[in-house]
Amino acid sequence: MAATLKDATAIVGIGQTPFARRLPQSEKELACRAILAALDDAGIAPGEVDAFASYTMEETDEVEVAKAIGAGDATFFSRVGYGGGGSCATIGHLAAAIATGQASVGVAWRSRKRGSGPRPWTNTAVQLPTPGQWTRPFGLLRPADEIAMLARRYMHEYGATRDHLFNVAMACRNRANENPAAIMYERPLTREMYMTSRMVSEPLCLFDNCLETDGALACVVVSAARARDCRHRPVHVHAAAQGLPSQHHGMVNYWNDDPLSGPAWTAARHLWKRADFGPQDVDTAQIYDAFTPLVPLSLEGYGFCGRGEGGAFTEGGALETGGRLPINTGGGGLSEAYVHGFNLITEGVKQLRGTSTAQVPDARTCLVTAGEGVPTSAILLRA
Amino acid sequence: MTATPTAPTPADALLAPVPDEDGAPFWEYAARGELRVQACTACGRLRFPPRPCCPHCRSFDSHWQPVDGRGRIWSYVRPHPPLLPAYAAHAPYTVVLVELADAPGIRLVGNLVASADAPLGSADPAAVRIGARVRAVFADCGGVTVPRWVPEKP
Ligand SMILES: [Zn+2]
Repeated sequence: MAATLKDATAIVGIGQTPFARRLPQSEKELACRAILAALDDAGIAPGEVDAFASYTMEETDEVEVAKAIGAGDATFFSRVGYGGGGSCATIGHLAAAIATGQASVGVAWRSRKRGSGPRPWTNTAVQLPTPGQWTRPFGLLRPADEIAMLARRYMHEYGATRDHLFNVAMACRNRANENPAAIMYERPLTREMYMTSRMVSEPLCLFDNCLETDGALACVVVSAARARDCRHRPVHVHAAAQGLPSQHHGMVNYWNDDPLSGPAWTAARHLWKRADFGPQDVDTAQIYDAFTPLVPLSLEGYGFCGRGEGGAFTEGGALETGGRLPINTGGGGLSEAYVHGFNLITEGVKQLRGTSTAQVPDARTCLVTAGEGVPTSAILLRA
Repeated sequence: MTATPTAPTPADALLAPVPDEDGAPFWEYAARGELRVQACTACGRLRFPPRPCCPHCRSFDSHWQPVDGRGRIWSYVRPHPPLLPAYAAHAPYTVVLVELADAPGIRLVGNLVASADAPLGSADPAAVRIGARVRAVFADCGGVTVPRWVPEKP
């Protein structure tokens, strides 16, 4: 009998700093504040922490964090590559470490100063030879440009439209309008604003792109047995998966036989295989939304609809509260905060605790995904 | 083969390619006005981007096979500022992903321009569409020769 992660662990604490375009504190300080808030939320002393999981493209490392918060001896630490693709893998790695007895109290976090810091794509000194040599000289400079290439082909092949992308942006903005912590709280979006906004990389306009934000968040993971003694209703890690498809190229998956079938498809196959339920049983999904086209692509990859049907799926308010699949109920990266997707994890926890600002009634199951278009990860949460 | 050393790019210049060991031959052939793609010597399959070993038969023997430089636009984007200064000066310009006619599955990112040495933003946006026929031309980019794409005469 193979070991299983299924419901063996739970997220018992969540914490976050304010989100803003510009925060005065360092990334390290923000990370510590979020982690301590999450431990306080769980009712667990920092000295009990013995596992750390984070993902690349930030300044804070586990040595600095452990030292600052006064953690105990750590016996597990893990850092997942590819930026936003690693968010959910941090929870998966902690769940695996705890389920196999390598550690007992794990924290995962994300701290970012993307609002006040430099845009990574402007740093030409670190342009990687592969695949940068095949793209950057031609002015394919930013992630928005790289994803727009796939979006254009997707729209051409399947008849998806800017109205479908607007539906995604609108669902996220509507939820942010209900979330006082969101950067876009009380800032409604209209179809006219969307259709007349400036282009960033055609076919993507301003509102197809995530925010640039400072802020940090954290989660605490323990065994399901320990979770029963914590302050809040445990949110079980039902399944976890990562996905790096055969012949994949991060962000510029143009050389794959099928560039529109990205890492979501790979992660999803493993995720559903390990789960007691399927896409039709998911009450709410928190889908990585650095760019609006990632949502229809992910809806297809994770099996909520068929190939090419992701655009049409967004019609008729399907992604809104009360719709077929309410998504990104805190506002997501498009309208709450862009912290490499970690806010999607904490929002999933809030939904299953029943404390979201856009609560889906009786939500029992939630899919959370990490960055699509790069080696990715996903988790299924269950109340 | 070793990578071509490149001078630091001035802030107002287009980015020259920074070749790695696997990619250097592509740029060396481009400097002679030739478009070539890495091919497995053992099984003959083409691969891109270039890499040390064939993913189909795992042979480490490869050579660079000429391709005829004709293709169709698979997708395209039109970037707008904020961009690096040199690119902002040309924006919006057209970046195309070209599927090669004689090597389907090999797709090259490049710029669609009116003619080889025309400015980056010189292609008529109204003429850009998925499936349009294009052909490779070569242009100087900060001392490095890069392939660019021009519309095929109908
Ligand atoms: Zn071979």
